[in-house]
Amino acid sequence: MAVVFQRPKSLCDVPTHYCPGCTHGIIHRLVCEVMDEMDIAGNTIGVCPVGCSVMAYDYFACDMIEAPHGRAPAVATGVKRAKPDSYVFTYQGDGDLAAIGTAETVHAATRGENIVVIFVNNTTYGMTGGQMAPTTLPGQITQTTPYGRDPKVQGYPVRVCEMLATLDGTALAQRVAVDSVPNIRKAKAAIKKAFENQRDKKGFSIVEVLSTCPTNWGLSPTEALERLRKDMIPYYPLGVYKDKSAEEKEAAK
Amino acid sequence: MERNLMKGNEAIAEAAMRAGCKCFFGYPITPQTEISAYLAKNMAKNGGLFLQAESEVAAINMVLGASSTGTRVMTSSSSPGISLKSEGISYIAASDLPCVIVNVQRGGPGLGGIQPSQADYWQATKALGHGDFHILVFAPSSVQEMVDMVTEAFDLADEYRMPAMLLADGLLGQMMEPVSFPEKRTEFSPKPWATDGHKNKREHNIVNSLFLQPDVLQNSVVKRFERYEEIKEKHAQAEVYLCEDAEIVVTAYGATARVAKSAVNAARAKGIKAGLFRPKTLWPYPEKRLNDACKTAKRVLCVEMSMGQMIDDVKLALECRIPVEFFGKTGGVIPTPTEVLAQIEKYAE
Repeated sequence: MAVVFQRPKSLCDVPTHYCPGCTHGIIHRLVCEVMDEMDIAGNTIGVCPVGCSVMAYDYFACDMIEAPHGRAPAVATGVKRAKPDSYVFTYQGDGDLAAIGTAETVHAATRGENIVVIFVNNTTYGMTGGQMAPTTLPGQITQTTPYGRDPKVQGYPVRVCEMLATLDGTALAQRVAVDSVPNIRKAKAAIKKAFENQRDKKGFSIVEVLSTCPTNWGLSPTEALERLRKDMIPYYPLGVYKDKSAEEKEAAK
Repeated sequence: MERNLMKGNEAIAEAAMRAGCKCFFGYPITPQTEISAYLAKNMAKNGGLFLQAESEVAAINMVLGASSTGTRVMTSSSSPGISLKSEGISYIAASDLPCVIVNVQRGGPGLGGIQPSQADYWQATKALGHGDFHILVFAPSSVQEMVDMVTEAFDLADEYRMPAMLLADGLLGQMMEPVSFPEKRTEFSPKPWATDGHKNKREHNIVNSLFLQPDVLQNSVVKRFERYEEIKEKHAQAEVYLCEDAEIVVTAYGATARVAKSAVNAARAKGIKAGLFRPKTLWPYPEKRLNDACKTAKRVLCVEMSMGQMIDDVKLALECRIPVEFFGKTGGVIPTPTEVLAQIEKYAE
């Protein structure tokens, strides 16, 4: 009998702690499918953040490190510089990457650190119960913006891909979403491109994945996907913000 | 053996390379910058890596990453920078990772000054980060000792899977002395716990400090403290000088111990039975050696470049059986042998 669907080898056969309807599971799977297809799990070291995916070290079957909050790009830098021939990726949420870890993110990018960053943007601090994140949309109600985020008081959200695309060290900055089958396929292609960039020593590759948090948004999983499409994508447009290898190909024509 | 005239900071850097340090991550701060400068010049030539980080916070986390792969790694800083590293040091200790951290102390608190100080004793030995943990703390008193202790720090850090600190000060870092180096280390014990890629030959390794179940976390801390007991037993070190018949024992470490030694010699010349107890490790503190050194002592005088921090450990070790006096200068002021001698004379009467 032909096997049409199975768990990727790089994904551990364990139950996860993620809430029902959360899209972390899809994103984990995409990273693992890419590791399987490139046959690199034995030579890959992943770095977990502090946030909902803090325990992802139990889910990825490659060697894993749990980093202090926001410091994953610095930890990944240490790993990559010590073992330049290995594949290194970080898996970070929006609070980890775009608030407490902004400096580490920006400087890993500008150094052209040859790593992959999987950036999961769900506009909230999920693990601590839904506080305002650097990516929380104007007007969005959270535990710490109970009357809605007011830019006059709490400032504006950070658009990470747009910001990092300005840096010379960034090889790939692409925003994708996991709300639909076509978008999930695009997300996987972007993650694969990021790992291929690392193989080809192109530099810093970040894939921002628009994700949902049904629990803290107070929505059903389907409603949460609707919100992603209706509210998030207009503020965080999907697309490629920087692609050095495509630019090089274009220039070579 | 070949002897070179070298600055303390540069000697630390050369000793680290010879001890097999393959990665260094740092951030500029006075008075330790020569360590970075030396390694920036020489690390790549020796097959290693020097990287200037965007912050002390990033530097210590790069150390965490490199150490996770089983690589010998070092960072260095001075007092305010060590405060910034404390988050990472706690994680490194909790993840059972080895590394060497150099603190060339300057005056504090706050931005403080850039002159020598010993005001980070409490921080190094008792409060280097949140949570229950210790790191090894070496206190060199000469440039040669900086070399010897860096080498030992790398070895013990690996053996016990924990961070080791070289607690120096601006005086030692900037001072030049003749020094000889050990041969370059080429063989190291294996690190089967390292996250360096499993090559599909073993289960995946995890470097982690998160344990959500209280009993599991407690067990991991207790196991670490069992190792600490062994370290206390085996690796507490001190220099004991003229204490056999001493009625007054001066305790001092690092650069201050050099000043104290001059004062002890001057006191002996005046017929005062003075001795010097110099801890070479501050954690573990050489408690038994101190008690042995104080067998004939009527008084102990603790001299520090601080308002009095090591004195706590001296009193604890002696269980307050002998009166312990204090003399200190702080903020970058260095006590003179004349001042220390005056204190010895005062308490010897």
